[in-house]
Amino acid sequence: MSNMLEVADLGHSYGDYEAIGGLTFTVRAGELVCVVGPSGCGKSTLLRTISGLIAPSRGDVTLNGSHLAVVFQDYQRSLFPWLTVQGNVEFPLRSLPRAERRSRAAEALAWVGLSAAAKKRPWQLSGGMQQRVAIARALAYRPALLLMDEPFASVDAQTRFELEDLLLRVRREHDTTVLVVTHDIDESVYLGDRILVLSGSPAKLVADLEVPLPAERDQVTTRTDEAFVALRSKVARLLNVGGKPTLDVDKWAAAERESLSETVSS
Amino acid sequence: MNKFLQRWTVFAGLVVFWQLAGMAADDPFFPPPSDIVSAAWEWWVLEPQNVTEHILPSIGRLLSGWAIASVIGVALGVLLGRSDRAMDYAGPLLVFLRSIPPPALVPVFLLLFRGGTSMQLATIIFGVIWPVLLNSVDGARSVDVTKVDTSAVFRIPRHQWVLGVVLPAASPKIFAGLRVSLSLSLVLMVISELVGTDNGIGSQLMQAQREFDYTRMWAGIVLLGVLGYGLNTVLLAVERRALAWQPRSRDEQHA
Repeated sequence: MSNMLEVADLGHSYGDYEAIGGLTFTVRAGELVCVVGPSGCGKSTLLRTISGLIAPSRGDVTLNGSHLAVVFQDYQRSLFPWLTVQGNVEFPLRSLPRAERRSRAAEALAWVGLSAAAKKRPWQLSGGMQQRVAIARALAYRPALLLMDEPFASVDAQTRFELEDLLLRVRREHDTTVLVVTHDIDESVYLGDRILVLSGSPAKLVADLEVPLPAERDQVTTRTDEAFVALRSKVARLLNVGGKPTLDVDKWAAAERESLSETVSS
Repeated sequence: MNKFLQRWTVFAGLVVFWQLAGMAADDPFFPPPSDIVSAAWEWWVLEPQNVTEHILPSIGRLLSGWAIASVIGVALGVLLGRSDRAMDYAGPLLVFLRSIPPPALVPVFLLLFRGGTSMQLATIIFGVIWPVLLNSVDGARSVDVTKVDTSAVFRIPRHQWVLGVVLPAASPKIFAGLRVSLSLSLVLMVISELVGTDNGIGSQLMQAQREFDYTRMWAGIVLLGVLGYGLNTVLLAVERRALAWQPRSRDEQHA
């Protein structure tokens, strides 16, 4: 599989404060990668440098494609209230002929199940529906990479589950490459093919973990799957959730691999 | 209908009171409304050339002055609002110019333009540009960061950024400025016609006053009131259409 995104020794400082320090990773075409880390650990800086919103202090970001799209956490501010839902989805497509714009918007709205709401204003919809509009807008743009910044952090738990499943379905159907930035460990395990664990100040990559779960996932069975539970605790320990003293990561990872293989074999 | 009654009862009551008081006082300085209406009838309906030679040119100057000021004000305001550096340079100058009362500049414009329409337009434009300009600056600045980021990520072209994002986002504030400016243009239209011309509502008002024709003077004043009310009503209707996209009330929004 070819690499869609290559990040090499990416670092960024705001004045004297170093937010992220020397991150290197790749995202392969068609993959869904989750970047997980505590709040304020530089996840947003990482996303902003990848999306080109800020120029990094050092390092390179190489996108193997012409453009990317971003779904922001704050859907209310990200959508334009003076445009209809359809107008919002067509917004990044203004350079295309009208007919193609229309058909692409209609198609993307159908993918997220909002065809009926095309003529409404975003503010007439519920929060979850608004975020679906934002996702449709990003998909209609046909990005080489879809970046998502805490995309489901502002909706209630029920809606969040629905949106997570919607994202998994849409990206499976359309082979979209996705990079999700989240602070939610469960979400990163549930969504990801791979998890990049970010920690420390400046933020460094402490682990790059494959998710040993099948592509088809389910909110009830997947979340109780042994592999899910094991990986979730592993990430939690890597992020030192609960304030236990920091572990020697390498030593701990070796021990963890042993314990994992034990559980699997038993 | 109830609402209509509610809105106009006080107004009608005051007119009736004025009529009765005017008739009782029988004072040439304060004629009753009936006399004012008949003076207006004689002046403008029986002599329609007064409408074409004085009222319409006045309205024309008012509207064109306001329109020119609005275009310049919005364009300049959006530019200054989106550029901190431009605002750093121009800020003090704007505050200084805005502080000059526009009527004080009438003699200057009189010298510069030798009276006539261009002097009147200059007075109106200089006087009414500030509310539009400053509100546009404010509105353009208020585009929130997420919309700026969204537009940057989708790499939308510059004209779409200005016309499709900044202007709509600033439009509620811009309209507030336009309304203040419109009522100001009426004031400045009259002031600019008081000197150096024998044409327009303002000059007719002065002339009636000089000829001790107080009924006509009052007719002119009432005409200005009607004009101001009418213009504001039209602009409000336009605003309501243009800003129909705004979430109207909390209950209409899903949380």
